[in-house]
Amino acid sequence: MATTTSQVRIGVATQEYKRPPRSLWADAWFTFTRDKLAMAGLAMLALLVLATLIGPFFYERPVGVIDFEKALLGPSLEHPFGTDDLGRDLLGRSLWGGRVSIAVGIIAVLIAISLGTAIGAVAGYFRKADNPLMRVTDIFLSLPILPLLLVIIFLFREEVARRFGPDVGIFIMIVAVIGVLNWMPVARLVRASFLSLKNKEFVEAARAVGSTDRRIIFSHILPNVLSPVLVAATIGVGGAILTESTLSFLGLGFPPDVPTWGRLLYDAQNFIDIAPHWAIFPGLCIFLIVLSINYIGDGLRDALDPRRKI
Amino acid sequence: MGRYVTRRLLIAIPTLLVISFIMYAILAISPIDPLSQFGNDPRVPPAARENIRIALGLDQPWPIRYVKWLLAALRGDFGVSFMSHSSVSTLIWQRLPNTLAVVGVAYIVGIVVALPIGLISAVRRNTLTDHAVSTLAYVGFSVPTFFTGLILIIIFSVKLHWLPFLYDSNLKVTDLSSLLSQFRQSIMPIVVLGLFDAAVLTRYVRAEMLEHLPMDYVRTARAKGLAERAVVIRHALRNSLIPVVTLIALGVPTVFGGAIVTEQIFHVPGIGELLVRSIGDGDTPVVAAIVLIFAALVVLFNLLADVLYAVLDPRIKYT
Repeated sequence: MATTTSQVRIGVATQEYKRPPRSLWADAWFTFTRDKLAMAGLAMLALLVLATLIGPFFYERPVGVIDFEKALLGPSLEHPFGTDDLGRDLLGRSLWGGRVSIAVGIIAVLIAISLGTAIGAVAGYFRKADNPLMRVTDIFLSLPILPLLLVIIFLFREEVARRFGPDVGIFIMIVAVIGVLNWMPVARLVRASFLSLKNKEFVEAARAVGSTDRRIIFSHILPNVLSPVLVAATIGVGGAILTESTLSFLGLGFPPDVPTWGRLLYDAQNFIDIAPHWAIFPGLCIFLIVLSINYIGDGLRDALDPRRKI
Repeated sequence: MGRYVTRRLLIAIPTLLVISFIMYAILAISPIDPLSQFGNDPRVPPAARENIRIALGLDQPWPIRYVKWLLAALRGDFGVSFMSHSSVSTLIWQRLPNTLAVVGVAYIVGIVVALPIGLISAVRRNTLTDHAVSTLAYVGFSVPTFFTGLILIIIFSVKLHWLPFLYDSNLKVTDLSSLLSQFRQSIMPIVVLGLFDAAVLTRYVRAEMLEHLPMDYVRTARAKGLAERAVVIRHALRNSLIPVVTLIALGVPTVFGGAIVTEQIFHVPGIGELLVRSIGDGDTPVVAAIVLIFAALVVLFNLLADVLYAVLDPRIKYT
């Protein structure tokens, strides 16, 4: 599409209009940058990610230092987000906790996407595998996700913590459980795309010249499925961050010394009458990151959908 | 049609069986001993502990326990809670009204708010109203309910002292003043859940309306001289509602899941709160029963959504 527009324009334009044709991705990026809300979301997300990644290096307040003289202080110049009941600086804790929350979101989605793409591709491409795999998908879709997450994490967290250490163990577990319980929509999406693409001429052509199934799947069909998967993945990161916050808020997430945003809210709720700032700032962080990711996801969907172009 | 419903039912039953089996297996193979609360008590001698184990049937292998549990559950008997020693079904029946009063009312509020707002937003596409509605809906489903809940508590309970902090389940509605306090204590949880549901549904209603408004049959309705109101409500809205109704049915289990969080914030003694508490106590019979109920809700409402779709949309032929 990009090629045709630029060719048409070159036909009527003067010499100076000779930019090379844009690729599909450059074209999508061009559309994306025209979407103000998506760009605002991207800026917000970049700000939050950068703050959590490099913030702790510049904001050199000790995160774990307990100082009862400074307990439950409201926001001030010295402590922009205030302090908690043990006098720990909440901006510092939010920055550290944000790293964990964002990492959980991204890795959980990577697991869900890989599983979902693999299962969807096999189901969509190999007719024999389709029915059994889709039955499994249906059953997973019928699982009550939140109650099951709570039960699994409660039952196995001590075992996992003993084996891999309290912090890393819980991280692996939360990421794995969220990932394994969220691959189903991606699998359906990928399967549907595979079903419609595998009878297209370019796949037939590939088969006619003797390409193996493996090559057809990976080099011919999969690249065409990439854009809906990318959109699902983007929005999924927001969902996974929300799920982790919910688990932590219910007291079934990370241990108290890992201050994820949900965990900060969990700790804050008992002091909500005397220290509302404690809940407001981490809550705002969750809200802003999820909102910006949703806007980016919508922008990507519009940019990558060829039907929406003029 | 009848055959389609029968076939869907026949798929739903094994699905539920498989899910209950998976769930029971997870509970059974977990490293947590259901008797650990006795284990910490030095007054219970090992022999007595073994007797309790046999009395509870925990000496049998878990697949046998699963079959027995399932057969009893089919008769409505979910066993006895380890913690409170009363029957699980009694516990759940005690708490179900609280959950329904909050979750059910909130979902109805959400639907009632979402339908007109989504409709107006679609009809006045790209106006200021539409942008405001879309933005609010976006904000509404991006903000976690536990955060909105805490914010409402800060504003209305802590700062303004208008509404009570906690939900008092012992409150009996007998006269006007107790009805008023019941209203005052339920309004925050209902608003939190209701607004979240409304935000999700508004987007669906708007998207469906936008899909239908440019269609040929709508143009025909306008061409024959119908009032715009009749065109929008009797023609476009009725068709747009087909997928929305199924989405409303599909959303019911999610809404119950959301109740787990909301009940926790406001300490509403419903089944969500019971689930979180029982998980913390290691009270396996209660956990198993509640998770099974949630699973049954998912399967049931999936079935209902499919059947509703088939009933409402005569264009789709099911065999």
